Amino acid sequence: MTQYGVALFHTTSAVMRAEKLLIKGGYVIKLIPTPRQFSSDCGIALRFDWNHCEQVKSELDEAKVEFDSIKFLDTKPI
Amino acid sequence: MIYLDNAATSWPKPPQVLKAMTDVLERAGGNPGRSGHRLSIAAARVIYDTREEIARFFGVTNPLRVIFTGNATHAINLALRGILKPGDHVVTSSMEHNAVMRPLRNLEKQGVRLSIVPCAADGSFDPGDLAGAVNSTTRLVVMTHASNVVGTLLPVAEIASVTHQAGALLLVDAAQAAGALPINIPEMGIDLLAFTGHKELLGPPGVGGLVIADNVDASQIKPLIRGGTGSRSESEEQPDDLPDKFESGTANLAGIAGLGAGLKWITDRGISEIRGHMKKLSQTLIDGLSALPMVKVYGTLNPERSVAIVSFTVTGKRVSEIGLRLDEEHSLLSRVGLHCAPAAHKTIGTFPEGTVRLAPGVFTTGRDIQEATQAISKVARS
Repeated sequence: MTQYGVALFHTTSAVMRAEKLLIKGGYVIKLIPTPRQFSSDCGIALRFDWNHCEQVKSELDEAKVEFDSIKFLDTKPI
Repeated sequence: MIYLDNAATSWPKPPQVLKAMTDVLERAGGNPGRSGHRLSIAAARVIYDTREEIARFFGVTNPLRVIFTGNATHAINLALRGILKPGDHVVTSSMEHNAVMRPLRNLEKQGVRLSIVPCAADGSFDPGDLAGAVNSTTRLVVMTHASNVVGTLLPVAEIASVTHQAGALLLVDAAQAAGALPINIPEMGIDLLAFTGHKELLGPPGVGGLVIADNVDASQIKPLIRGGTGSRSESEEQPDDLPDKFESGTANLAGIAGLGAGLKWITDRGISEIRGHMKKLSQTLIDGLSALPMVKVYGTLNPERSVAIVSFTVTGKRVSEIGLRLDEEHSLLSRVGLHCAPAAHKTIGTFPEGTVRLAPGVFTTGRDIQEATQAISKVARS
């Protein structure tokens, strides 16, 4: 089963930038409602394959897309 | 019908604009960035794409510096009220629209010091006069790029240079210029650019924006309104992030989609080609009207130095009567009066009667201009 990470952002516009950037870079990503356990900064978060965590982070850093943090998405029930 | 009121709002719009507006409501009708479901995300994408296109169109690198507003007036108010404090000095020209003049007069009552640099009777502006008006307390210079009464272009790059020497910021009102001619924010030295979507950018009414240059510190601008942004929802304080700091409340999704389509139509056709077409129409119109007895044409009479806006009067006739007769007898639609710019009409010597204003658009043809000139000739003679 794929393990996911999520990138959290402060604004929707930043999510949009990140989405475009990562799709262009060939990553398989999905925009999802921000998991409540993390942050309420922005309603949308970017989900990616946890195996690509470092690459995703460096892509965002290089393109100067501001993001709040990157988290491992734990899907265990609360 | 010949529509020569494109300076008030462009008409018709390209069919792609109408289609983009209905499409976005059908397939992406969520609240952009609020909810995280597919329709909300689709709406956010449309808005972000348009933000990017606008940034590219005006030569700005960071699309988050494109702030959507309801129109140019809203954008101008945001910049003026966001920056100026009591005691600050602000300089403007005598050709301004009330979108600039009214907020400035109101700020003047609150202690902002205002200087108005006079323009020549053809609307032209000498940057040397600005050098004499700015001082070390000047915070902002605000100028129209193109007069909405006579179309005269102000020398923005030279104005920017004088403004920056004084350590002030330059706000440009590009309501009539955006979409009519190329505007490059960094090359021209513009700090803040206010535009509207519904004129030469061919979008619908109800959408415009303020573009903040990449090198301008946005923290010096206060928001005009505060409220929900879909971001940092845990906080009851307005966020500082761009563009959210200035964009509270649900955005005009259909309007922004329409504006994006208008912008695409312009870039596909080419802004230089559009400018060439408009200059040709303008020259034909100026030549035709100038040849008519009893008709006086205002402005530079030079399409190189203006956008396609031509104002005229007829000796012995009220402009309102001319406008009505052109509409009723010749199906020619113009705009008469003061065009919300009393200062400009005082400058060109047509206050308080005003002028008849003709503003061709991208869909206006040479034949339209010939027929319009014939119609004006008939109305002027009888």
